[in-house]
Amino acid sequence: MFFNESIERMGHDEMREIQIKKLRKEAAWAYANVPFYKERFDEVGMNPAQISSLEEWAQFPFTVKTDLRDHYPFGLFAVPKEKLARIHASSGTTGKPTVVGYTKQDLENWSECMARLIVAAGGSSQDIVQISFGYGLFTGAFGLHYGMEKVGAAVVPMSSGNTEKQIMLMKDFGSTILISTPSYALHMAEVMEEMGVTKDEISLRLGMFGAEGSTEEMRRELEERWGILATENYGLSEVMGPGVSGECYCKKGMHINEDHFLIEIVDPATLEPVPDGQWGEVVITTLSKEALPMLRYRTKDISRIITEECECGRKTRRMEKIRGRSDDMLIIRGVNVFPSQIESVLLNINQVSPYYQLIVTRKGYMDLMEVQVELADAAMLDQFQKLQALEAEIRHKLRTILGLDAKVRLVEPKSIERTTGKAKHVIDLRNGGN
Amino acid sequence: MFIQQLSVFVENRPGRLVDVLEVLAAEGLDLNGLSVADTTDFGILRLILSDPARGEKVLKEKGFIVKCTEVLAVDVHDSPGGLLFAIKAMSSVGISVEYMYAFGTKLSNHAMVILKTDDNVKAANTLKESNVDVLSAIEVQQRLKKV
Repeated sequence: MFFNESIERMGHDEMREIQIKKLRKEAAWAYANVPFYKERFDEVGMNPAQISSLEEWAQFPFTVKTDLRDHYPFGLFAVPKEKLARIHASSGTTGKPTVVGYTKQDLENWSECMARLIVAAGGSSQDIVQISFGYGLFTGAFGLHYGMEKVGAAVVPMSSGNTEKQIMLMKDFGSTILISTPSYALHMAEVMEEMGVTKDEISLRLGMFGAEGSTEEMRRELEERWGILATENYGLSEVMGPGVSGECYCKKGMHINEDHFLIEIVDPATLEPVPDGQWGEVVITTLSKEALPMLRYRTKDISRIITEECECGRKTRRMEKIRGRSDDMLIIRGVNVFPSQIESVLLNINQVSPYYQLIVTRKGYMDLMEVQVELADAAMLDQFQKLQALEAEIRHKLRTILGLDAKVRLVEPKSIERTTGKAKHVIDLRNGGN
Repeated sequence: MFIQQLSVFVENRPGRLVDVLEVLAAEGLDLNGLSVADTTDFGILRLILSDPARGEKVLKEKGFIVKCTEVLAVDVHDSPGGLLFAIKAMSSVGISVEYMYAFGTKLSNHAMVILKTDDNVKAANTLKESNVDVLSAIEVQQRLKKV
């Protein structure tokens, strides 16, 4: 099933032509209406109407989150207020939030993008959709909400929280799709079990999760506990919200809405574009945003492009599940290391908790890495050798995944700090960092 | 036939042993015997307590990783070759000792050896057949009681 078959099954070359054409239009629109962008084009001496290739486009300076903050609230908007149809904002952890705006056409495109991803995941007009993202300034709930309406599904705008009621209504309404963050969906599953409700008593069959990263292990747990197909989708409010890309039912990478978003992958260290298939930071240029064009926006998210055609029949290129944030990336002995890689190793070892701390030090010219993990299984205390074997196993698995040797240190339960939100997993004690 | 031993995971950093002992003292639990096996990073503390069930409960409540294991408490005559006799009896039937530690008792000329073997049932039977005393939990407490 396709929502927009001609676009979703368009060949890559034809899509590239459309992208370049739309890029010229978007760049010219930004040049004409946003002084910030006009200055940047003039600085690098680029004529937006004459951009002819992606190589040329790669010369344009990046836009970053602070650019949005510096022009708070509406300084980067390309339309007058009467053309605005919606304003969202992302929660700023410090200071002012980042504010984003939409025209009526932007909202229409947003719904279209979302609708394609919903149908790709397996949603249809038959579905009853419980949206358990928080409604409000956050783009997640509204993005999915309008996309679902466009598909013709019945929307239950639950918002997040009040979990017992969520479970009750899910059961009574026969909700078939759940929209939430993966961590909230896991929490809901726990509450459901505490309430004595089994997955057989509910009608849920599909989860579309997003707004935060997750691991394959979390996906497996979600699928098992809910008895659903768990898909993931991607987006960020700076470029629109959810709807940039999303997994189809094959769950093998997120199909990009390439006619609305131009995605480049760059090396986080050199900021040079990398070849398809190589990991790097996702950089997005919007191709159809009227209210707030975003040119080469650095997302800080780490992913890579999958070019092979998907089994579902879509020809759009896909993005791999986000592996981490470029801010979190460490370079240890010249190897790029993401804390999420360590987490994925630990999640597969039942005798330890998934909490860990990575400590990087330098001895002479050599970087040393120590991973501290909490022991969780008392059965390991029978024999000293069992603990040593466990350490060796973790060390071996880390070496396989990271390509680096790490010292593993078992620590007592709960001795690693629990942080809500973005866990602080890394302590880098090398002088001046790397 | 067996007695309960607690194994506690402790990190090798100053004060951790204190933390364990303080929990036990605050509960009024008598520490009959102990042993520590360690590397540079962590150790396993093995404890024989007057009330192992309560010890396990309070240590777990304080967030320690605790495992209760059945071990053998063997009465050994405190003279040259006293232990040799018991160990020989077991090795002759192919039982291997995973770990052991010893402490003195109030009974003069008698020491107590705590044994964990790969087959505790077989070990207990073998020892009994060789006339080595395998102590019950009550007997252990009696031998440690002040006269």
